[in-house]
Amino acid sequence: MKLIFEKSAAGHRCAILPPCDVEEVALPAELTREAAPKLPELNETEISRHYTELNKRVHGVNCGFYPLGSCTMKYNPRIDEETAALPGFTAVHPLAPAHTVEGCKEALDTAKAYLCEITGMDDMTFQPAAGAHGEFTGVMLIKQYHDARGDSKRRKIIVPDSAHGTNPATAAMCGYDVVNIPSAPNGCVDLEALKAVLGEDTAGLMLTNPNTVGIFDENILEITRLVHEAGGLCYYDGANLNAVMGVVRPGDMGFDCIHLNLHKTFATPHGGGGPGSGAVGCKAALAPYLPNKDGIRVRSFHGNFLVVIKALTYLLTLGKEGVPEAAKNAVLNANYLQSKIKGTFTPAFDRLCMHEFVLDLSGFKKETGVSALDVAKSLIDYGMHPPTMYFPLIVHEALMLEPTETESRDTLDEAAEIFRKLFELAKTDPDYMHAAPHNAQIGRPDEVRAARNPILRYSFE
Amino acid sequence: MNYPNELLYSKTHEWVKEEDGVVVIGISDYAQDALGDLVFINLPEVGDEVVAGEAFGDVESVKAVSDLVCPVSGTVCAINEELLDSPEMLNEEPYDAWIIKVENETDREELLSAADYEAFCAEEG
Repeated sequence: MKLIFEKSAAGHRCAILPPCDVEEVALPAELTREAAPKLPELNETEISRHYTELNKRVHGVNCGFYPLGSCTMKYNPRIDEETAALPGFTAVHPLAPAHTVEGCKEALDTAKAYLCEITGMDDMTFQPAAGAHGEFTGVMLIKQYHDARGDSKRRKIIVPDSAHGTNPATAAMCGYDVVNIPSAPNGCVDLEALKAVLGEDTAGLMLTNPNTVGIFDENILEITRLVHEAGGLCYYDGANLNAVMGVVRPGDMGFDCIHLNLHKTFATPHGGGGPGSGAVGCKAALAPYLPNKDGIRVRSFHGNFLVVIKALTYLLTLGKEGVPEAAKNAVLNANYLQSKIKGTFTPAFDRLCMHEFVLDLSGFKKETGVSALDVAKSLIDYGMHPPTMYFPLIVHEALMLEPTETESRDTLDEAAEIFRKLFELAKTDPDYMHAAPHNAQIGRPDEVRAARNPILRYSFE
Repeated sequence: MNYPNELLYSKTHEWVKEEDGVVVIGISDYAQDALGDLVFINLPEVGDEVVAGEAFGDVESVKAVSDLVCPVSGTVCAINEELLDSPEMLNEEPYDAWIIKVENETDREELLSAADYEAFCAEEG
C-alpha cells in the first residue's frame, strides 16, 4: 500500500479556514521558518480511505482473538471512549483556573482513591505516560528515599531472570547496578539465591506477581520481608495485575511502590504506541517524593488525563464486585485454555496458572523441526493473533498465552482446536509451517534486516 | 555445533584463547545459535577494567538482549571494532569473530575444556 506521503497531491485539503477576523501580526524573522513543512496534502475522502486501508491490514482485539501473553489484550468497552469524549473532559485546558475544572479534579481524585484501594497504596501520581515511564518514576522514588536518609551505599537493584526486560533497564537508567537472580525450578523466586545477594548495598527488588510464567509466588510475604530486613524496598511491576485486581493487594504483599498500566489492565486501548498511563502508587513513606509536589515532574500536568478517565469509567462500570470477577474470569479462561491445549503442546510448568501460561515447544521442535516461531506464524492463517514468542527467556521455544476475561468459551475452544490442528500438521507437513503464514498480506518480514538497517523516516528524495 | 579443542569455555558461553600473554574472548557457536541473528553489540573501551564473572558488554538479537560475561579480570587492550558495524560476523564465524582482548590478567573463572563444555551444552538442551 502507498504511504500517506505518496498519496499526497498539492492543493488537496480537508479544512477550509474561516477568514481571519483579527489583525494580522508578523512574527519576528528569527521565529519564522524558511521553507514550508513537508506535510502530506489529502482531502477528507483520501484520508478516510487511507486509515480504513491501514485498519484492514492490522489485527486488533476488535478483529479476533489476541492472546498475546503479558500484554492483556482485553476488549476495551465503548463506554470508556464515550466518557473520555465528553466535552467537559476534552474542552478544558490544564492551565484553566482550578475553580473552572473542579469536575476534572474530582474525576482524578476518585480514580486515585479507587486505584489506591485496589493496590493497597497510600498515594499515587498519574504523570508517567506509560509502563516503562512508571517504572522509572517508581524506582526514582526508591532512590530518593535512600538518598534522603543519607543511605548512599545502596547501589543494587535485584531483578529475577524471568523479569520483563524493562525492569533491569529501568534500574540501570536510574543509575543502579542490576543484580540478576536465577529462578527456582518452579519458575518462582529462589529464596536462597535472593538471600545470597541481599545486603546493605541492596536498594530494592523489582518483581511482578503473578510472575512472567503466570504463577503466583506463594513465598511473596517471605520475599518482601527479607528485602525489608536488609533495608531495601520492594517495587511491584503492575504488568500482571489483571490476574489479581480486587482479589489481593500488592500493598498487602509487602510492596512499597507500584506502577499500573492503566492502558492495559484498566481497559483503555493499547498496543498502538499510546497514549498510555503508567500511574505510580506508593506507601506513605515514599509519598513525599512523588512527582507533582514541589515542582518535581516526570511529565507535564496530569499525564495523559483522558486515559485516566477511561480507566475510571471502566472501574465505575465494573464496580466493587465486577473488578475481582474480571480478574477471576481471566484466571479461569487461562486455565481452561491451558487444560484444552495440554495433551498436544506441553506447558512449561504443569500446574494451575494465573492469567497466562507458557508452552515449552523445545521438545516439539526437536521432534518435528517446527519452532515456536513457525507455530506463531501459522496461527495468523487462522485469523488469530500469535501469542508472545520466546519470552520469558527462562523457557526455550516459549509461547506465552493470555486469553483475558473478555473471551467466550467458544473462542477458547476454537483456539484450542487450531492448536491441535497445527500440532498434527507439524508431523505431516512441517515445510508448510516453515513457510507460514500463507494467507497474510505480509508473510515473514526480514526482522534481522529491519533491526540492522532500520528506516525510521520517509525520504523525500 | 562446533567446539574447537584449542579453546577454553565459560559456563556463560564465552570462549577464551591465550595469544602472546593476551586473553582473546568471543562467544561460542552454541551461544550464537541460541541467541539467533545478532543485530547489535555494545563493547567496552580500550583501557577499561573488566572483572571475571561480570558483564563487559551486551549483544542484542531479534529475540533478546544478553550480557557478555567476562571470563577473566584484567585490562581491555583491544576491541573488535568491525563487530560494531557487522554483528552478524558473530553468527557467521563465532570463533574468528573475537570480541575483546584482555591483558594483565589477575583472575579467571573456572573454565571448561572443549569436551566438558560440549557435555555442559548438551545438558542445557
